[in-house]
Amino acid sequence: MLVKKRVITVGTGLLVTALALTGCSGAGGGGAASGDVTLTLATVNNPQMKDMEQLKGTFEKDNPGIKVNFVQMEEGDLRAAVTADVASGAGQYDVVTVGAYEVPQWGAQGWLTDLTSALADDPTYDVEDTLPAVRTALTVDGKQYAVPFYGESSILMYNKEMTDAAGITISNNPTWQEVEVAAKALNTADHAGICLRGKPGWGDLFAPLTTVVQTFGGAWYDENWNAQVNSPEFVEGVNFYVNLLKEAGEPDPVSNSFTECLNQLQSGKVAMWYDASVAASILEDPATSAVAGKMGYAHAPVYKTKESGWLWSWNLAVPKTTKNAEAATTFVKWATSKEYQQLVGTTLGWTRVPPGARTSTYSIPEYKEAAAAFAPITLEVMNAVNPKQPGLNPQPWVGIQYVTIPEFQDVGNQVAQLVADAIAGRSTVQEALDKGQVIAQTAGDKQK
Amino acid sequence: MTTLTTAPTPAPAPPAMSRSHSAALSLRKKARQSRALVLPALFFSILMTQIPFLVTIYFSFLNWNQLRPSEIAFAGFQNYAVVFTGPDFFPSMMATVIITGSSVVLSLILGLFFAVLLDRKFMGQGLARTLMITPFLVMPAAAALIWKWSMLDVNVGMINVGLNLIGIPSIAWNTDFPVLTIIMMLTWQYTPFMMLILLAGLQSQSREVLEAASVDGAGPLRTFQWMTLPHLRQYIEIATLLGSIMLLQAFDPIAIMTKGTGGTKTLSYLLYERAFIGLDVGQAAAFGVVTVIVTIVVATLALRTLFKVFMNGGDR
Repeated sequence: MLVKKRVITVGTGLLVTALALTGCSGAGGGGAASGDVTLTLATVNNPQMKDMEQLKGTFEKDNPGIKVNFVQMEEGDLRAAVTADVASGAGQYDVVTVGAYEVPQWGAQGWLTDLTSALADDPTYDVEDTLPAVRTALTVDGKQYAVPFYGESSILMYNKEMTDAAGITISNNPTWQEVEVAAKALNTADHAGICLRGKPGWGDLFAPLTTVVQTFGGAWYDENWNAQVNSPEFVEGVNFYVNLLKEAGEPDPVSNSFTECLNQLQSGKVAMWYDASVAASILEDPATSAVAGKMGYAHAPVYKTKESGWLWSWNLAVPKTTKNAEAATTFVKWATSKEYQQLVGTTLGWTRVPPGARTSTYSIPEYKEAAAAFAPITLEVMNAVNPKQPGLNPQPWVGIQYVTIPEFQDVGNQVAQLVADAIAGRSTVQEALDKGQVIAQTAGDKQK
Repeated sequence: MTTLTTAPTPAPAPPAMSRSHSAALSLRKKARQSRALVLPALFFSILMTQIPFLVTIYFSFLNWNQLRPSEIAFAGFQNYAVVFTGPDFFPSMMATVIITGSSVVLSLILGLFFAVLLDRKFMGQGLARTLMITPFLVMPAAAALIWKWSMLDVNVGMINVGLNLIGIPSIAWNTDFPVLTIIMMLTWQYTPFMMLILLAGLQSQSREVLEAASVDGAGPLRTFQWMTLPHLRQYIEIATLLGSIMLLQAFDPIAIMTKGTGGTKTLSYLLYERAFIGLDVGQAAAFGVVTVIVTIVVATLALRTLFKVFMNGGDR
């Protein structure tokens, strides 16, 4: 009996202590200034977002009474935090950065505020100036759920010194067959012909590979969500990619994604590279890049379609659960306005202006000069791609290198792992994609 | 809790009481006191380990995808059906056994080798020991990055540059030998751990026994086999056990280097994939529960066998 009593006493003591502690922290955290609005912005930790945080003082000065608090996190953490916040209705975040893949999904779920009228009603904001393809990717049923902060497509980059030495010219709109011939000719003991992503992941290997598949006439799903992963066109596209890697690609492709290929191009280990257009601004930075001024750029290579570039943007959106929707919208508009671009250019430097979001960015004289090597092609490609139908056949979602269903990142990842086995020669492409078909169909069935 | 530890010592027993009686009383009191002292820790560890496990079991019966929060519902054994009938679990278990098993055995053998080398007096012994331990002190993620970029990179990796020097072309480790890459890295990282435990064992061995053996005419090999190895038995056991537990959780090199391709999708990586890429909390929880159960069963069986092997082999 005595022992039992002791247990209860100790237990109660602990409980009281715990309660007292939580009570204290609750009281300490609750004090907020009255009248003022503090916006909490949850964002991915990209350099452009850090620039935004650096410049938030200007916004706070122009909008007295609104303070902005940045919470930076990794992409995965951000998703978990925002979904939990929205699902529980807590309203902890007022502005969030959302990738192009998730905007349509979250919008359709009713998690994001419809910004269509707020943007259209403000003539100084000039919503028509944002790139149409990007806007299309962020719109569901005529409602725009987010505004692009910066965007990118994919382009072919090549080292002109190497192509000149080999007597090769690359046209502005090359075909994959043309690139294959060039890559084989450029593949020497010193450097590989072309760098292509091989690291398994829906956003790694399958970003460029999906665009290749699409221009070869394949697609992840047909109009009725039947998986097409082992269709002849999909197999042909992947076979082409895998064979190109084997014959003229960089060594150890499974290790490589954006950063690794960037390194190899900068150190002269590869002659060509097909990847995000954003890479051009890094390659042309004379302070850090050995190949600045030596690079040539071309549209994403094609086969059966006219264009094959992908489309990605990081966007700002206002969650439905926010209690400060009006102030949040004001901030979102400020950060994606023409004035913000000027502000970045004049205070931080013109190469740091977020690209691929506004058409007018590309007519700012200082930007045109600073980004002469890659700005024209970026705009050209981003205006040429069609996120509604990137492949040969109509598709039931809007988006190029991804499928806007929650299951896609899982499907893309698993199929990418199977394709990596094919790249390494542990299986054939057909075997890998036959397995991938089953995985993709399970996810497709959920959309029917 | 400090109030408990500084509680006044019990008053001396009244002289009227018999000696044995008072001794028993104070013993009981002491036991009670020590139990009370353990309680907070016990309470805390139950709170921190068992409650999350119970919650995980509860989650494993839910249909819960993070991107469809409106569809959370009780799913019965559906998640477990996916675990056992889906294509993921058994290959992943195989991968775990191969990677963990080989890494434990290899790092144990190498650890023993280095422990024997270090178990003698020589100039710079302390420095050598510190350097040998370093791989274990490096954070796993940092170690994986070092291996990816500085050691195994096709163009500038030290191993490949070394191979080139002797006329062997660079090896695409990650692409062509993913399992070997992971085992190599884990072995590199855990050899010092094994070495430390075995070195402690070696240093606790009585010099007299070894001297006696050499007086009796036993060579170094026979001494090692019949004196040292049996003496190390329990150290090897504990090193194997702890090493297996830690290596089972290996995650960083897989996430950073191979991304689960080519037979490197171990249970811990599979779990991560289900939870953070599949965003399927229910399924991930079911995988977790099954993994824990399988681990407990395997560990128990493996340990028993191990004990038996050593019991029969090294008669001590």
